[in-house]
Amino acid sequence: MKPMPGADAVKEKGWWKSHQWLLLRRSSQIGILLLFLAGPWADIWVVKGNLNSSLTLDILPLTDPYVALQSLLAGQSLMADVVIGAVVVAGFYILIGGRSYCSWVCPVNIITDLSEWLRRQLGLSSSVSLRSSLRYWLLAATFIVAVASGVIAWELVNPVSMLHRGVIFGMGFAWTIVLAVFLFDLVVSRRGWCGHLCPVGAFYSLLASYSPLRISASRRNACNDCLDCFAVCPEPKVISPALKGVEKNIGPVILSPQCTNCGRCIDVCSKKVFQFSSRFNNQMEAMP
Amino acid sequence: MNTRGLFQAAERSAFYGRRKFLSDAVKVTCGVVLFGLPLAMLARKARALPADAIRPPGALNEDQFLGACVRCGLCVRACPFDTLRLSEFGSQVATGSPYFVARDIPCEMCEDIPCVAACPTGALDKSLTDIDNAKMGLAVLVDQENCLNFLGLRCDVCYRVCPVIDKAITLDLQHNVRTGKHSRFIPVVHSEYCTGCGKCEKSCVLEQAAIKVLPLHLAKGAPGQHYRLGWEEKEKAGKPLVPGIIDLPDRLPESYQ
Repeated sequence: MKPMPGADAVKEKGWWKSHQWLLLRRSSQIGILLLFLAGPWADIWVVKGNLNSSLTLDILPLTDPYVALQSLLAGQSLMADVVIGAVVVAGFYILIGGRSYCSWVCPVNIITDLSEWLRRQLGLSSSVSLRSSLRYWLLAATFIVAVASGVIAWELVNPVSMLHRGVIFGMGFAWTIVLAVFLFDLVVSRRGWCGHLCPVGAFYSLLASYSPLRISASRRNACNDCLDCFAVCPEPKVISPALKGVEKNIGPVILSPQCTNCGRCIDVCSKKVFQFSSRFNNQMEAMP
Repeated sequence: MNTRGLFQAAERSAFYGRRKFLSDAVKVTCGVVLFGLPLAMLARKARALPADAIRPPGALNEDQFLGACVRCGLCVRACPFDTLRLSEFGSQVATGSPYFVARDIPCEMCEDIPCVAACPTGALDKSLTDIDNAKMGLAVLVDQENCLNFLGLRCDVCYRVCPVIDKAITLDLQHNVRTGKHSRFIPVVHSEYCTGCGKCEKSCVLEQAAIKVLPLHLAKGAPGQHYRLGWEEKEKAGKPLVPGIIDLPDRLPESYQ
Protein backbone atom coordinates (compact mmCIF):
# COMPACT_ATOMS: atom_id res chain seq x y z
CA MET A 1 0.00 0.00 0.00
CA LYS A 2 1.14 3.50 -0.77
CA PRO A 3 2.30 5.35 2.35
CA MET A 4 0.06 8.19 3.54
CA PRO A 5 1.09 11.58 2.20
CA GLY A 6 3.27 13.30 4.73
CA ALA A 7 4.97 10.11 5.95
CA ASP A 8 8.35 11.38 4.78
CA ALA A 9 7.76 14.71 6.49
CA VAL A 10 6.97 12.97 9.78
CA LYS A 11 10.24 11.04 9.45
CA GLU A 12 12.24 14.16 8.59
CA LYS A 13 10.63 16.79 10.79
CA GLY A 14 8.79 14.85 13.49
CA TRP A 15 5.03 14.51 14.04
CA TRP A 16 4.39 17.93 15.57
CA LYS A 17 6.30 19.88 12.95
CA SER A 18 4.51 18.03 10.17
CA HIS A 19 1.06 18.66 11.66
CA GLN A 20 1.71 22.17 12.89
CA TRP A 21 -0.61 24.10 10.58
CA LEU A 22 -3.28 21.41 10.63
CA LEU A 23 -3.43 21.59 14.42
CA LEU A 24 -3.46 25.38 14.41
CA ARG A 25 -6.25 25.33 11.88
CA ARG A 26 -8.37 22.87 13.85
CA SER A 27 -7.79 24.96 16.98
CA SER A 28 -8.96 28.02 15.11
CA GLN A 29 -12.09 26.32 13.73
CA ILE A 30 -13.05 24.75 17.04
CA GLY A 31 -11.98 27.79 19.06
CA ILE A 32 -14.24 30.08 17.05
CA LEU A 33 -17.12 27.65 17.50
CA LEU A 34 -16.44 27.52 21.25
CA LEU A 35 -16.41 31.32 21.44
CA PHE A 36 -19.94 31.30 20.04
CA LEU A 37 -20.92 28.42 22.33
CA ALA A 38 -19.49 29.95 25.51
CA GLY A 39 -22.58 32.15 25.72
CA PRO A 40 -25.35 29.58 25.60
CA TRP A 41 -23.31 26.89 27.39
CA ALA A 42 -21.46 28.81 30.11
CA ASP A 43 -23.13 32.22 30.07
CA ILE A 44 -19.87 33.86 28.96
CA TRP A 45 -21.00 36.26 26.26
CA VAL A 46 -17.93 37.16 24.26
CA VAL A 47 -19.72 36.73 20.95
CA LYS A 48 -23.44 36.70 20.28
CA GLY A 49 -25.10 35.60 17.07
CA ASN A 50 -23.52 33.38 14.45
CA LEU A 51 -21.26 33.60 11.41
CA ASN A 52 -23.95 35.42 9.41
CA SER A 53 -23.88 38.33 11.79
CA SER A 54 -22.56 38.69 15.30
CA LEU A 55 -21.81 41.15 18.05
CA THR A 56 -18.48 40.80 19.84
CA LEU A 57 -18.14 42.14 23.39
CA ASP A 58 -21.34 44.12 22.83
CA ILE A 59 -19.47 46.56 20.62
CA LEU A 60 -18.01 45.08 17.44
CA PRO A 61 -20.60 44.13 14.82
CA LEU A 62 -19.43 41.59 12.24
CA THR A 63 -21.49 40.55 9.25
CA ASP A 64 -20.86 38.07 6.47
CA PRO A 65 -20.45 40.32 3.39
CA TYR A 66 -21.97 37.58 1.20
CA VAL A 67 -25.22 37.57 3.19
CA ALA A 68 -25.25 41.37 3.31
CA LEU A 69 -24.84 41.51 -0.47
CA GLN A 70 -27.69 39.05 -0.97
CA SER A 71 -29.93 41.13 1.28
CA LEU A 72 -29.05 44.21 -0.76
CA LEU A 73 -29.83 42.34 -3.99
CA ALA A 74 -33.11 41.16 -2.46
CA GLY A 75 -34.09 44.81 -2.42
CA GLN A 76 -33.37 45.75 1.18
CA SER A 77 -31.43 48.81 2.25
CA LEU A 78 -28.61 47.95 4.64
CA MET A 79 -28.39 49.45 8.12
CA ALA A 80 -25.16 51.06 9.35
CA ASP A 81 -24.27 48.13 11.64
CA VAL A 82 -24.49 45.65 8.79
CA VAL A 83 -22.43 47.83 6.47
CA ILE A 84 -19.72 48.36 9.10
CA GLY A 85 -19.72 44.65 9.97
CA ALA A 86 -19.52 43.56 6.34
CA VAL A 87 -16.75 46.05 5.50
CA VAL A 88 -14.68 44.94 8.51
CA VAL A 89 -15.04 41.26 7.59
CA ALA A 90 -14.40 41.85 3.89
CA GLY A 91 -11.35 44.00 4.69
CA PHE A 92 -9.96 41.33 7.00
CA TYR A 93 -10.26 38.62 4.38
CA ILE A 94 -8.87 40.81 1.62
CA LEU A 95 -5.77 41.11 3.82
CA ILE A 96 -5.34 37.49 4.89
CA GLY A 97 -6.71 35.76 1.79
CA GLY A 98 -10.44 35.30 1.28
CA ARG A 99 -10.51 31.57 1.46
CA SER A 100 -8.73 31.56 4.78
CA TYR A 101 -12.36 31.70 5.85
CA CYS A 102 -12.82 28.24 4.35
CA SER A 103 -9.87 26.59 6.05
CA TRP A 104 -9.61 28.48 9.33
CA VAL A 105 -13.21 29.35 10.22
CA CYS A 106 -15.84 27.40 8.29
CA PRO A 107 -17.17 24.44 10.30
CA VAL A 108 -18.02 22.48 7.14
CA ASN A 109 -14.29 22.23 6.41
CA ILE A 110 -13.95 19.81 9.34
CA ILE A 111 -16.66 17.65 7.79
CA THR A 112 -15.22 17.63 4.28
CA ASP A 113 -11.67 17.08 5.56
CA LEU A 114 -13.01 14.08 7.45
CA SER A 115 -14.60 12.89 4.23
CA GLU A 116 -11.30 13.24 2.40
CA TRP A 117 -9.45 11.45 5.18
CA LEU A 118 -11.92 8.56 5.10
CA ARG A 119 -11.70 8.45 1.32
CA ARG A 120 -7.98 7.94 1.63
CA GLN A 121 -8.32 5.33 4.38
CA LEU A 122 -10.87 3.35 2.39
CA GLY A 123 -8.93 3.75 -0.82
CA LEU A 124 -11.90 5.24 -2.65
CA SER A 125 -10.53 6.69 -5.83
CA SER A 126 -13.55 7.00 -8.10
CA SER A 127 -14.75 10.54 -8.37
CA VAL A 128 -17.10 12.47 -10.62
CA SER A 129 -15.09 15.33 -12.00
CA LEU A 130 -16.75 18.68 -11.64
CA ARG A 131 -15.61 21.93 -13.14
CA SER A 132 -14.12 23.99 -10.34
CA SER A 133 -15.58 27.09 -11.96
CA LEU A 134 -19.06 25.70 -11.30
CA ARG A 135 -19.04 27.39 -7.91
CA TYR A 136 -18.97 30.82 -9.55
CA TRP A 137 -22.03 29.95 -11.58
CA LEU A 138 -23.79 28.74 -8.46
CA LEU A 139 -22.71 31.95 -6.75
CA ALA A 140 -24.26 33.91 -9.61
CA ALA A 141 -27.39 31.78 -9.34
CA THR A 142 -27.77 32.64 -5.64
CA PHE A 143 -27.60 36.32 -6.57
CA ILE A 144 -30.11 35.95 -9.39
CA VAL A 145 -32.56 34.09 -7.15
CA ALA A 146 -32.15 36.77 -4.45
CA VAL A 147 -32.99 39.49 -6.97
CA ALA A 148 -35.89 37.55 -8.48
CA SER A 149 -37.48 36.38 -5.24
CA GLY A 150 -36.65 39.18 -2.82
CA VAL A 151 -35.61 36.45 -0.37
CA ILE A 152 -32.09 35.57 0.82
CA ALA A 153 -32.84 32.20 -0.70
CA TRP A 154 -29.40 30.66 -0.32
CA GLU A 155 -29.77 30.88 3.46
CA LEU A 156 -32.66 28.43 3.27
CA VAL A 157 -30.22 25.64 2.37
CA ASN A 158 -26.67 26.93 3.03
CA PRO A 159 -24.81 24.05 4.75
CA VAL A 160 -22.20 26.46 6.12
CA SER A 161 -24.51 28.69 8.13
CA MET A 162 -26.85 25.81 8.85
CA LEU A 163 -24.16 23.74 10.56
CA HIS A 164 -22.81 26.71 12.48
CA ARG A 165 -26.25 27.96 13.51
CA GLY A 166 -27.33 24.41 14.21
CA VAL A 167 -24.58 23.84 16.75
CA ILE A 168 -25.30 27.13 18.50
CA PHE A 169 -29.07 27.53 18.23
CA GLY A 170 -30.43 24.05 17.57
CA MET A 171 -29.80 21.64 14.73
CA GLY A 172 -33.24 20.39 13.68
CA PHE A 173 -32.78 18.46 10.48
CA ALA A 174 -29.78 20.52 9.36
CA TRP A 175 -27.67 17.41 10.01
CA THR A 176 -29.22 15.86 6.91
CA ILE A 177 -27.68 18.58 4.74
CA VAL A 178 -24.34 18.24 6.48
CA LEU A 179 -24.47 14.46 6.04
CA ALA A 180 -25.34 14.98 2.39
CA VAL A 181 -22.22 17.14 1.92
CA PHE A 182 -20.10 14.53 3.74
CA LEU A 183 -21.40 11.64 1.64
CA PHE A 184 -21.21 13.65 -1.57
CA ASP A 185 -17.51 14.27 -0.96
CA LEU A 186 -16.95 10.70 0.17
CA VAL A 187 -18.56 8.71 -2.60
CA VAL A 188 -19.50 11.06 -5.44
CA SER A 189 -16.88 13.69 -5.99
CA ARG A 190 -13.55 14.14 -4.26
CA ARG A 191 -13.33 17.59 -2.63
CA GLY A 192 -16.63 18.13 -4.43
CA TRP A 193 -18.30 20.55 -2.05
CA CYS A 194 -15.53 22.87 -0.84
CA GLY A 195 -13.43 22.54 -3.97
CA HIS A 196 -16.04 22.82 -6.70
CA LEU A 197 -19.52 23.81 -5.60
CA CYS A 198 -19.73 25.95 -2.47
CA PRO A 199 -20.85 29.49 -3.40
CA VAL A 200 -19.67 30.80 -0.03
CA GLY A 201 -16.11 29.73 -0.84
CA ALA A 202 -16.54 31.16 -4.32
CA PHE A 203 -17.53 34.51 -2.84
CA TYR A 204 -14.61 34.55 -0.42
CA SER A 205 -12.18 33.60 -3.17
CA LEU A 206 -13.22 36.81 -4.94
CA LEU A 207 -11.84 38.70 -1.94
CA ALA A 208 -8.47 36.97 -2.32
CA SER A 209 -7.37 38.39 -5.68
CA TYR A 210 -5.05 40.95 -4.10
CA SER A 211 -4.36 39.39 -0.71
CA PRO A 212 -0.85 40.06 0.54
CA LEU A 213 -0.70 36.90 2.70
CA ARG A 214 0.13 33.98 0.40
CA ILE A 215 1.94 30.68 0.53
CA SER A 216 5.18 30.52 -1.40
CA ALA A 217 7.12 27.57 -2.76
CA SER A 218 10.19 29.57 -1.95
CA ARG A 219 12.53 26.58 -1.79
CA ARG A 220 11.10 24.92 -4.87
CA ASN A 221 14.59 23.96 -6.03
CA ALA A 222 14.59 21.42 -3.19
CA CYS A 223 11.40 19.73 -4.44
CA ASN A 224 11.87 15.95 -4.86
CA ASP A 225 8.59 15.42 -6.75
CA CYS A 226 7.06 13.26 -4.03
CA LEU A 227 3.62 14.81 -4.83
CA ASP A 228 2.57 14.81 -1.17
CA CYS A 229 1.55 18.45 -1.39
CA PHE A 230 -0.74 17.70 -4.33
CA ALA A 231 -2.25 14.80 -2.40
CA VAL A 232 -3.24 16.88 0.60
CA CYS A 233 -4.06 20.18 -1.12
CA PRO A 234 -7.79 20.95 -1.21
CA GLU A 235 -7.20 22.89 -4.46
CA PRO A 236 -4.30 21.01 -6.09
CA LYS A 237 -4.32 23.07 -9.29
CA VAL A 238 -3.06 26.12 -7.45
CA ILE A 239 0.29 24.55 -6.60
CA SER A 240 1.74 23.64 -9.98
CA PRO A 241 2.27 27.13 -11.47
CA ALA A 242 4.28 28.19 -8.43
CA LEU A 243 6.06 24.91 -7.71
CA LYS A 244 6.89 24.02 -11.29
CA GLY A 245 7.11 27.47 -12.81
CA VAL A 246 10.85 28.00 -12.88
CA GLU A 247 11.17 27.30 -16.58
CA LYS A 248 8.09 29.28 -17.47
CA ASN A 249 9.47 32.22 -15.54
CA ILE A 250 6.68 32.14 -12.97
CA GLY A 251 7.50 33.26 -9.42
CA PRO A 252 7.26 30.90 -6.44
CA VAL A 253 4.22 32.50 -4.76
CA ILE A 254 0.87 30.70 -5.02
CA LEU A 255 -1.20 33.56 -6.36
CA SER A 256 -4.43 31.73 -7.16
CA PRO A 257 -7.35 33.10 -5.13
CA GLN A 258 -8.53 29.49 -4.79
CA CYS A 259 -5.69 28.72 -2.38
CA THR A 260 -7.25 28.49 1.08
CA ASN A 261 -4.04 29.33 2.95
CA CYS A 262 -4.51 26.14 4.97
CA GLY A 263 -0.79 25.49 5.17
CA ARG A 264 -1.14 21.73 4.84
CA CYS A 265 1.45 21.72 2.02
CA ILE A 266 3.95 23.29 4.43
CA ASP A 267 3.23 20.47 6.91
CA VAL A 268 3.62 17.53 4.57
CA CYS A 269 6.70 18.69 2.68
CA SER A 270 9.77 16.92 3.94
CA LYS A 271 12.00 19.30 1.99
CA LYS A 272 10.52 22.44 3.57
CA VAL A 273 9.70 23.88 0.16
CA PHE A 274 6.68 25.92 1.27
CA GLN A 275 6.24 28.75 3.75
CA PHE A 276 3.80 31.55 4.47
CA SER A 277 4.98 34.60 2.64
CA SER A 278 3.60 37.63 0.83
CA ARG A 279 2.50 38.09 -2.74
CA PHE A 280 5.17 40.79 -3.07
CA ASN A 281 7.96 38.26 -2.45
CA ASN A 282 7.45 36.74 -5.87
CA GLN A 283 10.86 37.34 -7.44
CA MET A 284 12.46 34.62 -9.53
CA GLU A 285 15.40 32.90 -7.97
CA ALA A 286 18.80 34.15 -9.04
CA MET A 287 20.04 31.83 -11.77
CA PRO A 288 23.04 29.79 -10.66
CA MET B 1 3.15 18.67 -42.66
CA ASN B 2 2.04 20.59 -45.71
CA THR B 3 0.01 23.77 -45.60
CA ARG B 4 -3.16 21.96 -46.38
CA GLY B 5 -2.63 19.60 -43.39
CA LEU B 6 -1.93 22.51 -41.08
CA PHE B 7 -5.06 24.25 -42.28
CA GLN B 8 -7.12 21.16 -41.65
CA ALA B 9 -5.64 20.71 -38.19
CA ALA B 10 -6.42 24.31 -37.32
CA GLU B 11 -9.93 23.90 -38.61
CA ARG B 12 -10.39 20.73 -36.65
CA SER B 13 -9.14 22.30 -33.42
CA ALA B 14 -11.38 25.31 -34.01
CA PHE B 15 -14.25 22.92 -34.52
CA TYR B 16 -13.50 21.04 -31.32
CA GLY B 17 -12.90 24.31 -29.47
CA ARG B 18 -16.28 25.57 -30.54
CA ARG B 19 -17.87 22.25 -29.68
CA LYS B 20 -16.23 22.20 -26.28
CA PHE B 21 -17.33 25.77 -25.63
CA LEU B 22 -20.90 24.94 -26.60
CA SER B 23 -21.03 21.76 -24.56
CA ASP B 24 -19.49 23.55 -21.60
CA ALA B 25 -22.00 26.35 -21.90
CA VAL B 26 -24.86 23.86 -22.00
CA LYS B 27 -23.49 22.01 -18.97
CA VAL B 28 -23.06 25.17 -16.95
CA THR B 29 -26.51 26.42 -17.90
CA CYS B 30 -28.07 23.09 -16.93
CA GLY B 31 -26.18 23.09 -13.64
CA VAL B 32 -27.26 26.60 -12.80
CA VAL B 33 -30.88 25.93 -13.73
CA LEU B 34 -30.90 22.64 -11.80
CA PHE B 35 -29.63 24.51 -8.76
CA GLY B 36 -31.44 27.83 -9.21
CA LEU B 37 -34.96 26.64 -9.91
CA PRO B 38 -35.41 24.52 -6.77
CA LEU B 39 -33.85 27.36 -4.81
CA ALA B 40 -36.36 29.81 -6.28
CA MET B 41 -39.19 27.39 -5.48
CA LEU B 42 -37.92 27.12 -1.91
CA ALA B 43 -37.81 30.90 -1.67
CA ARG B 44 -41.43 31.06 -2.78
CA LYS B 45 -42.47 28.41 -0.31
CA ALA B 46 -40.55 30.06 2.50
CA ARG B 47 -43.02 32.95 2.49
CA ALA B 48 -45.86 30.69 3.65
CA LEU B 49 -45.47 31.16 7.38
CA PRO B 50 -47.48 28.62 9.42
CA ALA B 51 -50.32 30.25 11.34
CA ASP B 52 -48.94 29.44 14.79
CA ALA B 53 -45.50 30.93 14.11
CA ILE B 54 -45.46 34.57 15.18
CA ARG B 55 -42.64 36.91 14.13
CA PRO B 56 -40.98 39.15 16.77
CA PRO B 57 -42.34 42.67 17.36
CA GLY B 58 -41.61 45.15 14.59
CA ALA B 59 -41.03 42.42 11.98
CA LEU B 60 -41.49 43.63 8.42
CA ASN B 61 -44.15 41.88 6.41
CA GLU B 62 -43.11 38.38 5.42
CA ASP B 63 -42.03 39.25 1.86
CA GLN B 64 -39.69 41.95 3.07
CA PHE B 65 -38.64 40.11 6.20
CA LEU B 66 -37.03 37.18 4.40
CA GLY B 67 -34.96 39.59 2.32
CA ALA B 68 -33.83 41.65 5.30
CA CYS B 69 -33.28 39.11 8.09
CA VAL B 70 -29.76 37.60 8.02
CA ARG B 71 -30.70 34.79 10.45
CA CYS B 72 -28.09 35.77 13.05
CA GLY B 73 -30.19 35.14 16.14
CA LEU B 74 -29.23 38.34 17.95
CA CYS B 75 -32.93 38.98 18.67
CA VAL B 76 -33.14 35.51 20.21
CA ARG B 77 -30.18 36.32 22.45
CA ALA B 78 -31.69 39.66 23.43
CA CYS B 79 -35.04 38.17 24.47
CA PRO B 80 -35.06 37.93 28.30
CA PHE B 81 -37.89 35.39 28.38
CA ASP B 82 -36.60 32.83 25.89
CA THR B 83 -39.69 33.53 23.84
CA LEU B 84 -37.92 33.79 20.50
CA ARG B 85 -36.21 30.93 18.76
CA LEU B 86 -34.58 30.38 15.38
CA SER B 87 -36.31 28.06 13.00
CA GLU B 88 -34.48 24.81 12.42
CA PHE B 89 -34.10 23.21 9.01
CA GLY B 90 -37.06 20.92 8.42
CA SER B 91 -39.60 23.11 10.20
CA GLN B 92 -42.11 25.02 8.10
CA VAL B 93 -40.68 28.39 9.10
CA ALA B 94 -37.91 29.68 6.79
CA THR B 95 -34.62 28.18 8.02
CA GLY B 96 -32.82 30.24 10.63
CA SER B 97 -35.46 32.96 10.95
CA PRO B 98 -36.81 34.02 14.37
CA TYR B 99 -40.34 33.31 15.59
CA PHE B 100 -42.29 32.30 18.65
CA VAL B 101 -45.25 30.07 19.41
CA ALA B 102 -47.68 31.90 21.68
CA ARG B 103 -49.03 28.79 23.35
CA ASP B 104 -45.46 27.84 24.41
CA ILE B 105 -44.00 31.16 25.49
CA PRO B 106 -45.82 34.39 24.59
CA CYS B 107 -44.19 37.79 24.13
CA GLU B 108 -43.89 39.66 27.43
CA MET B 109 -43.93 43.02 25.65
CA CYS B 110 -40.75 44.50 27.21
CA GLU B 111 -40.93 48.28 27.28
CA ASP B 112 -37.42 48.68 25.83
CA ILE B 113 -38.08 46.06 23.11
CA PRO B 114 -34.57 44.52 23.31
CA CYS B 115 -35.11 42.22 20.33
CA VAL B 116 -35.73 45.17 18.02
CA ALA B 117 -32.75 47.03 19.49
CA ALA B 118 -30.50 44.01 18.87
CA CYS B 119 -31.50 43.49 15.25
CA PRO B 120 -28.54 44.56 13.07
CA THR B 121 -30.66 44.74 9.93
CA GLY B 122 -33.96 46.48 9.41
CA ALA B 123 -35.85 43.19 9.59
CA LEU B 124 -37.21 44.25 12.97
CA ASP B 125 -38.23 47.81 12.29
CA LYS B 126 -36.41 50.30 14.54
CA SER B 127 -39.28 52.77 14.18
CA LEU B 128 -41.25 50.63 16.62
CA THR B 129 -40.48 52.42 19.89
CA ASP B 130 -43.70 51.83 21.83
CA ILE B 131 -44.40 48.12 22.29
CA ASP B 132 -48.14 48.89 22.51
CA ASN B 133 -47.98 49.70 18.80
CA ALA B 134 -46.62 46.25 17.94
CA LYS B 135 -48.68 44.20 15.51
CA MET B 136 -47.23 40.71 15.79
CA GLY B 137 -50.58 39.20 14.99
CA LEU B 138 -54.16 39.44 16.15
CA ALA B 139 -55.95 37.39 18.81
CA VAL B 140 -59.07 35.71 17.52
CA LEU B 141 -61.57 33.79 19.61
CA VAL B 142 -61.69 30.96 17.17
CA ASP B 143 -63.75 28.42 19.10
CA GLN B 144 -67.03 29.94 20.28
CA GLU B 145 -68.45 26.51 21.09
CA ASN B 146 -65.93 25.64 23.79
CA CYS B 147 -64.98 29.07 25.18
CA LEU B 148 -66.21 28.99 28.79
CA ASN B 149 -67.44 32.58 28.65
CA PHE B 150 -69.49 31.75 25.58
CA LEU B 151 -71.01 28.88 27.57
CA GLY B 152 -72.11 31.41 30.16
CA LEU B 153 -69.36 30.78 32.72
CA ARG B 154 -67.11 33.47 34.13
CA CYS B 155 -63.64 32.32 33.06
CA ASP B 156 -62.41 35.72 31.84
CA VAL B 157 -58.77 34.57 31.95
CA CYS B 158 -57.86 35.90 28.50
CA TYR B 159 -59.36 39.24 29.41
CA ARG B 160 -57.57 39.35 32.79
CA VAL B 161 -54.11 38.53 31.44
CA CYS B 162 -54.27 40.91 28.49
CA PRO B 163 -51.51 43.55 28.89
CA VAL B 164 -53.84 46.00 27.15
CA ILE B 165 -56.91 45.00 29.22
CA ASP B 166 -60.17 46.79 28.45
CA LYS B 167 -58.78 48.06 25.16
CA ALA B 168 -57.49 45.01 23.27
CA ILE B 169 -60.01 42.67 24.91
CA THR B 170 -63.33 43.82 26.34
CA LEU B 171 -66.17 41.78 27.83
CA ASP B 172 -69.45 42.51 26.09
CA LEU B 173 -72.63 41.56 27.83
CA GLN B 174 -75.17 39.43 26.04
CA HIS B 175 -78.37 37.75 27.16
CA ASN B 176 -77.90 34.11 28.13
CA VAL B 177 -80.70 32.40 26.26
CA ARG B 178 -80.02 29.02 27.84
CA THR B 179 -80.72 30.09 31.42
CA GLY B 180 -82.99 32.90 30.43
CA LYS B 181 -81.92 35.05 33.34
CA HIS B 182 -78.11 35.50 33.20
CA SER B 183 -75.61 37.37 31.09
CA ARG B 184 -72.83 35.96 28.94
CA PHE B 185 -69.59 37.94 29.16
CA ILE B 186 -68.29 37.69 25.63
CA PRO B 187 -64.55 38.43 25.12
CA VAL B 188 -64.22 40.72 22.13
CA VAL B 189 -60.79 41.52 20.62
CA HIS B 190 -60.19 44.96 19.17
CA SER B 191 -57.59 44.98 16.43
CA GLU B 192 -56.73 48.62 17.00
CA TYR B 193 -55.14 47.75 20.36
CA CYS B 194 -54.23 44.06 20.17
CA THR B 195 -50.44 43.63 19.78
CA GLY B 196 -50.56 39.89 19.14
CA CYS B 197 -48.40 39.13 22.18
CA GLY B 198 -50.23 35.85 22.70
CA LYS B 199 -50.71 35.99 26.49
CA CYS B 200 -54.41 35.24 26.04
CA GLU B 201 -53.65 32.16 23.97
CA LYS B 202 -51.00 31.01 26.43
CA SER B 203 -53.34 31.28 29.42
CA CYS B 204 -56.56 29.95 27.92
CA VAL B 205 -57.63 27.27 30.41
CA LEU B 206 -58.91 24.84 27.82
CA GLU B 207 -56.89 21.85 26.67
CA GLN B 208 -56.68 23.51 23.25
CA ALA B 209 -56.83 27.30 23.37
CA ALA B 210 -60.15 28.76 22.23
CA ILE B 211 -58.46 32.10 21.58
CA LYS B 212 -55.46 32.10 19.27
CA VAL B 213 -53.10 34.68 17.84
CA LEU B 214 -53.17 34.55 14.07
CA PRO B 215 -51.13 36.42 11.48
CA LEU B 216 -52.95 39.63 10.53
CA HIS B 217 -53.67 38.54 6.99
CA LEU B 218 -55.53 35.50 8.30
CA ALA B 219 -57.23 37.23 11.21
CA LYS B 220 -58.57 40.36 9.52
CA GLY B 221 -61.41 40.73 7.08
CA ALA B 222 -61.60 43.80 4.88
CA PRO B 223 -64.57 45.45 3.18
CA GLY B 224 -64.34 46.56 -0.45
CA GLN B 225 -62.45 49.81 -0.97
CA HIS B 226 -65.64 51.54 -2.07
CA TYR B 227 -67.70 50.35 0.86
CA ARG B 228 -69.02 53.06 3.20
CA LEU B 229 -70.96 52.77 6.41
CA GLY B 230 -74.10 54.90 6.01
CA TRP B 231 -74.32 56.05 9.59
CA GLU B 232 -70.68 57.18 9.65
CA GLU B 233 -71.08 59.11 6.41
CA LYS B 234 -74.27 60.68 7.72
CA GLU B 235 -72.47 61.81 10.87
CA LYS B 236 -69.54 63.22 8.88
CA ALA B 237 -71.84 65.12 6.57
CA GLY B 238 -74.14 66.19 9.39
CA LYS B 239 -77.14 65.22 7.30
CA PRO B 240 -78.47 62.28 5.31
CA LEU B 241 -76.44 61.89 2.08
CA VAL B 242 -79.51 61.13 0.00
CA PRO B 243 -82.02 63.90 0.54
CA GLY B 244 -85.73 63.16 0.71
CA ILE B 245 -85.57 59.43 1.38
CA ILE B 246 -89.16 58.25 1.52
CA ASP B 247 -90.24 57.22 4.98
CA LEU B 248 -92.18 54.01 4.47
CA PRO B 249 -95.32 53.54 6.58
CA ASP B 250 -94.76 51.48 9.72
CA ARG B 251 -96.78 48.32 9.48
CA LEU B 252 -97.93 47.73 13.00
CA PRO B 253 -99.96 44.64 13.92
CA GLU B 254 -103.66 45.32 13.78
CA SER B 255 -104.13 45.11 17.54
CA TYR B 256 -101.73 48.07 17.94
CA GLN B 257 -103.41 50.24 15.37
